[in-house]
Amino acid sequence: MQELSLNILDVAQNSIKAKATLITIKIHKNTMSKTLLISIEDNGCGMSQQQAEQVVDPFYTTRTTRKVGLGVPFFKMSAELTGGTFTIQSELKVGTKISALYYYEHIDMMPVGDMASTMLSLISVNPDIDFIYYFSVDENEFCMNTQEMKTVLEGLPVNSNEVLTFIKNFINENQAEIENSK
Amino acid sequence: MKSLAELQAIRDKMKNSMNVRDDNGNKIRVVVGMATCGIAAGARPVLNGFTEEVAKRNLDNVTVTQTGCIGICQYEPVVEVYTPDGEKTTYVKMTAEKVAKVVTDHLVNGKVVSEYTIGSVAK
Ligand code: FES
Repeated sequence: MQELSLNILDVAQNSIKAKATLITIKIHKNTMSKTLLISIEDNGCGMSQQQAEQVVDPFYTTRTTRKVGLGVPFFKMSAELTGGTFTIQSELKVGTKISALYYYEHIDMMPVGDMASTMLSLISVNPDIDFIYYFSVDENEFCMNTQEMKTVLEGLPVNSNEVLTFIKNFINENQAEIENSK
Repeated sequence: MKSLAELQAIRDKMKNSMNVRDDNGNKIRVVVGMATCGIAAGARPVLNGFTEEVAKRNLDNVTVTQTGCIGICQYEPVVEVYTPDGEKTTYVKMTAEKVAKVVTDHLVNGKVVSEYTIGSVAK
């Protein structure tokens, strides 16, 4: 994968498969410690300890189709390559939280990439799942929340073209503003 | 900061222009494979391309959805099109550029774009 946003999209596929109704994605940049913390948390069916280990293992597959993608192993590797760390917490019937910590000045740091496109892909084909996306740099934060948007929309589809265009601009503009506020 | 106030205006505009969706079963389903290999090969712009193109042309009878692993990594990004006549077409090695042609020829005019299908690529 050339950018972390694709990795995030891939990891979120596991949450969709786990029948999550809420998926929260957080990106937090700390300019003091030069770290980037990315987490993907869901309220899906969760995993047993053994299943969680399999999800992290790139060599674990079931027959010819992969029930669990390679998203998590890649995610873990991308963080560890920068000297960072990876954690997975999961509980059956409660959900799963996956976090990776990156040292973003490391030479092997991948760019975060196009998060607006990732969120759009997720929202457009999963209108019944709620997505919350936080992006923050130090204490400046912005948040996109489809639950809030659905309240405003009063029953109109969140994945209609006009709304998706709005979401794209909403993320791109607000994220740029946070990134440039110093 | 861009706020949700703008979304209210969008909602009001949509309310006035919403046409009743026809749910007569004549639906075309576009399914994009979103497994790791698909995403790595470029499924994201393909998926977003379909969503955009279908919306732009007001194709109310088309739904775009996603699936996981289709099992043919080497042909990703893979897109399956299911038409109401029960036919399934598998498009392989899709790109955002190919999307427009599939939408015009297949989804609108009912003509399969055979050069993008698995049958012709696998030869
Ligand atoms: S892992 Fe490639 S199609 Fe399933």
